[in-house]
Amino acid sequence: MALLAAQRESQEALMAEAANIKGRSLWEDAARRFRANKAAMAGVIVLVLITMCAIVAPSLSAYTIDDLDWMNIGTPPSLETGHWFGTDDTGKDLFVLTWMGARVSLIIGVMTTAVALSIGVIYGATAGYVGGRTDNAMMRFVDVLYALPLLFFIIILVTVFGRNIYLVFLAIGCVEWLTMARIVRGQTLSVKQKEFIEAARASGAGPTSIIGRHVLPNVIGPVIVYVTLLVPTNILVESYLSFLGLGVKEPLTSWGVLISRGANSIESAPWLLLIPATCLAITMFCFNFIGDGLRDALDPKDR
Amino acid sequence: MTSYALRRLALAAPTLFLIVTLSFFLMHLAPGGPFDAEASLEPEVIANLEAAYDLDKPIIVQYGLYLGKVARGDFGPSIVYIDRTVTELLEIGLPVSLKLGLSAMILALTVGGILGVIAALRRNSSTDYAVMGVAMTGIAVPSFVMAPLMSLLFGVILKILPVASLEPRGGLAEAVPFLAPITPYIMPVIALALPQIAILARLTRGAMIETLRQNYIRTARAKGLTQGNVVWAHALKSASLPVISYLGPAAASIITGSVVIEQIFQLPGMGRFFIQGAINRDYPLVLGIVVVYALAVILLNLIVDLMYGLLDPKVKVE
Repeated sequence: MALLAAQRESQEALMAEAANIKGRSLWEDAARRFRANKAAMAGVIVLVLITMCAIVAPSLSAYTIDDLDWMNIGTPPSLETGHWFGTDDTGKDLFVLTWMGARVSLIIGVMTTAVALSIGVIYGATAGYVGGRTDNAMMRFVDVLYALPLLFFIIILVTVFGRNIYLVFLAIGCVEWLTMARIVRGQTLSVKQKEFIEAARASGAGPTSIIGRHVLPNVIGPVIVYVTLLVPTNILVESYLSFLGLGVKEPLTSWGVLISRGANSIESAPWLLLIPATCLAITMFCFNFIGDGLRDALDPKDR
Repeated sequence: MTSYALRRLALAAPTLFLIVTLSFFLMHLAPGGPFDAEASLEPEVIANLEAAYDLDKPIIVQYGLYLGKVARGDFGPSIVYIDRTVTELLEIGLPVSLKLGLSAMILALTVGGILGVIAALRRNSSTDYAVMGVAMTGIAVPSFVMAPLMSLLFGVILKILPVASLEPRGGLAEAVPFLAPITPYIMPVIALALPQIAILARLTRGAMIETLRQNYIRTARAKGLTQGNVVWAHALKSASLPVISYLGPAAASIITGSVVIEQIFQLPGMGRFFIQGAINRDYPLVLGIVVVYALAVILLNLIVDLMYGLLDPKVKVE
C-alpha cells in the first residue's frame, strides 16, 4: 500500500511538473535561435540606429537641407563649423543630406519590397494552388521574364514617364517580384498536399479562404527571409538608377544621388563619396546579416 | 537531348518577340517625342522629320514596319546620332561591351569558383571566414562605389592604370609593354566582376559543402583517392550545377552593371548608347540595343540549359 501511495505521489509530482513546462512553438524556437545569432542581432541594433538617425538626425543639425553655407563650401567634416559630415560644392550640409537621403533610400527599399511582395505572393500562391496547366503557363511566363535584363525596362519606364518617386516604387516592385512568386509557389505546392488542407476543404472552405487562412500562414518563413534580402537589393537598384541620373528628383535626395555626386568630386572632396557610401554599405551588411540569421532560424533543413 | 535543345530554342523566339513588342509599345505610348526639345524647329520641319522616321503613321503601322525591318536585321537610323544607323552604332559599342562583359564573367567564374571551393574545404576556419567576409563586402559595396575608389587609388594616386580612357597609359603599360593593350580594361572588368565574384563564391561554397556530404564522396575517399582528385574530379561536377543555373541571372547583372561601369570609365560601349538613347527618346537606338542584349541573355540561358542537360542526369531522363 505504502509503495502504491508513494508511486502515485511521485506520479502526481511529475504531472505537476509537466504542467509547468510550456511547449515551445515553432516561432518561439526560431526567435530563440535568432537571438543567439550575434551577427544578426548586431544587424538589427545597427539598423534600428540608422532608422532612428534617418528620422531624428536632420533636425539635430543647425542647418536644413535648403541652407547654402557660403562661408563653408566643400569643407571637410569638422565639429567647429557644425558641419559634422562636411559640406558639398554648393555649401549644403552633408550630415543633413545623408540622413534625408537615408529616409528616401529606406522608404524606397520598403515600399518597392511591399509592391513585389503583394504581386509575388498573389501570383505564386495562385499558380501553386491551382496547379496543372495554369501553373505551368504562369511559371513559364516567370521563366521568360527571369531571363531578361529587367533593369532596362525600369530605365525605359523611368526615362519615358518621367522621374516620379511613385513610379520608381512601382517600376522596381513590378520587376523584383519574380523570385518571390517562385518561392511562394514552391511552398504552396508542398503545403497543399498536407492533411489539414484536405480537412479544410472537407469542412467546406472555398479556395480563397484556404489560400488566405491555411496556405499563406504556412509559407511565411521563406517569404520573410527573402523580404529581408529584397529590401537591400531594391535600395541598391534605386541607387543604381540615381547614379545614372534617373532616380529621385530634387529636392529629394537619396544615397544613390549623393554617391553619384560624390564620385565626381572624389579627388577634391572624398568625404562626399565615402560618407554616403559607408552608410549604404553598413545598411546592406545589416540586412544581409539579418537575412542570414532569419534563414538559419527559420529553415528547418540546416539546423 | 536534341529534342530538348529544339524545345528550348523554340521558346527563345516568342521570348524575343515579347521583348521587342513590350519595349516598342513602352517607348511609343508615352507622351512626348524625340523632337520635343528642339523648340526652334518649324512645325513643317518637325512634320518632315517625323515622316522620315515613320513617326507620323499610326502606331500599329509603325510596329508592323519595325518588326519587318528587324526581321531583316535592319534596326533603322538613329535619331540622336544623325547620319548613323543603329547597326553602325552597335558595331562600335558591341565589341567594347562584349570584351568587358565576357572578361568579367570569366574572371568572376574562376575567382569566385576557386574562392568558394577553398572556403568549403576549410569550413569554419579563419580562411573560410575571411573569404566569406570579403564576399559579403563585395555584395554590400556596389560597383559604382568600388569603381571611383579604384580609379582614385590605382589611377590618380598610384598612377598604375589609365583612368577613363582607352589609351594605354600609366605605370603598368610602361613597365610591361605586352600588357599595354588590356590596361584600359583592367579596372572596369574587376569592378564589374566583384559583386559576381562575391555571389559565386557564396554559391560555390554552399554547393560544395552540400556535395562533400554525399555518400559517393565518402566512397571515393574510402577508395583512398587524394583530396585533389576527390574535389576536382568527383565533387566539382555535381557542385557546379547550382553555379551553372545562376549564370543566366549573372549575365543579366553583368549587362546591367556594365551600363554604370561604361559610364564611370567612359568606355564607348552599348550601355552608354543605351542611356543616351533612352534620355533623348532615340526609339530605334534603344530598341536595337534591347534586342541585342535580350538575344545575348537568351542565348546564354540556352547554353546554360544545355549544359544542365549534359551535367545533370536527372534532366536527361525527362
